[in-house]
Amino acid sequence: MIIQLLLLGSLAGASFVLIRGKRSLLSMLLRRFLTLAVILVGALAVLSPNSVTTVAQAVGVGRGTDLILYVLGVTFLFVSISLYLRLADMQDRYVDLVRRLALHEVDPHAHIENEDSFDRDRP
Amino acid sequence: MNDQRVSPPAMPQGAVVVIPMYNEAAVISNVVTEARSRFATVICVDDGSSDNSAELAAVAGARVVRHSINLGQGAALETGIRLALMSTSCEYVVTYDADGQHNIDEAVDMVQVARLKGVQVLLGSRFLGDHSGLSASRRAVLILAIWFTRLTTRLAVTDAHNGLRVLHRDAAESIRFRLPGMSHASEILGIIAGGEFSYSEHPVTIRYTNYSRAKGQRSWNALNILYDLAFMSLRSAS
Repeated sequence: MIIQLLLLGSLAGASFVLIRGKRSLLSMLLRRFLTLAVILVGALAVLSPNSVTTVAQAVGVGRGTDLILYVLGVTFLFVSISLYLRLADMQDRYVDLVRRLALHEVDPHAHIENEDSFDRDRP
Repeated sequence: MNDQRVSPPAMPQGAVVVIPMYNEAAVISNVVTEARSRFATVICVDDGSSDNSAELAAVAGARVVRHSINLGQGAALETGIRLALMSTSCEYVVTYDADGQHNIDEAVDMVQVARLKGVQVLLGSRFLGDHSGLSASRRAVLILAIWFTRLTTRLAVTDAHNGLRVLHRDAAESIRFRLPGMSHASEILGIIAGGEFSYSEHPVTIRYTNYSRAKGQRSWNALNILYDLAFMSLRSAS
């Protein structure tokens, strides 16, 4: 069934994003695009509940509400991963800050190299 | 003039000891004093202790760096290593535990061996040396971790998690810890494998005391470590 492919594909995609860990401008664009799409599709689903059932049956899901549930599950997973990555990045930055402060207290005149402890390729 | 009297033990040149500490006021004085008897420079990184570990370490002669908040042992190690590397005379960084489990004479030996062999990373291993008091369950957990480490990092390491290491400057400069908590030990292995640094092991003895046992890692934390190693290898593969 199509829905199985879509769901497995989404899970694989989510795993890939998590392991990669790199946040690029492309991923930011993707995230923005998906957010808008969710809002639009959500509005359409509210205005025309029958269309949800039609789409659901087209991909092999019995009820419209089940499809919404699956989409909700996948969306939640992606959002969690995105937040986790951003939190991890923020933690790296504050570790770096505390370290700079600690080293500065030891020797205020020492020059601390800008070899940060977080990914420089993260925007 | 040389005479037949016993000369004081040699102090290795160009080697700096880094001791990350967190609430070790009970033992840090002794640990630092012992370290200072063999090494000219001992750096203690106070990782946001709530007790007076920092003052005690300073009084015992260590150079103390304080994290304003607790960041984890890996971060504390990294801070200490960065500070050590700021002196150009530092050739080797010795990582050493604050709880009195390690033996400073073995650290001295390891620096000499690292120099002689020309290895960039010398890892202490309790499975090469003698140890007393390692419980059966801890041993089983350690062996599992070692097997898994070999699987994920392809390094033939007999002691996956030992705090006593000698790092040449080249290797020390590559230390960037990304995972939280105690994962840094696994990350060092990842750095060795990824950076293709030469490595070797050296037997060390661990003094298990009631104090260190109480402070030691819980056995189930091995599962966290397995996850870290798998995650690291997946990330480097991607």
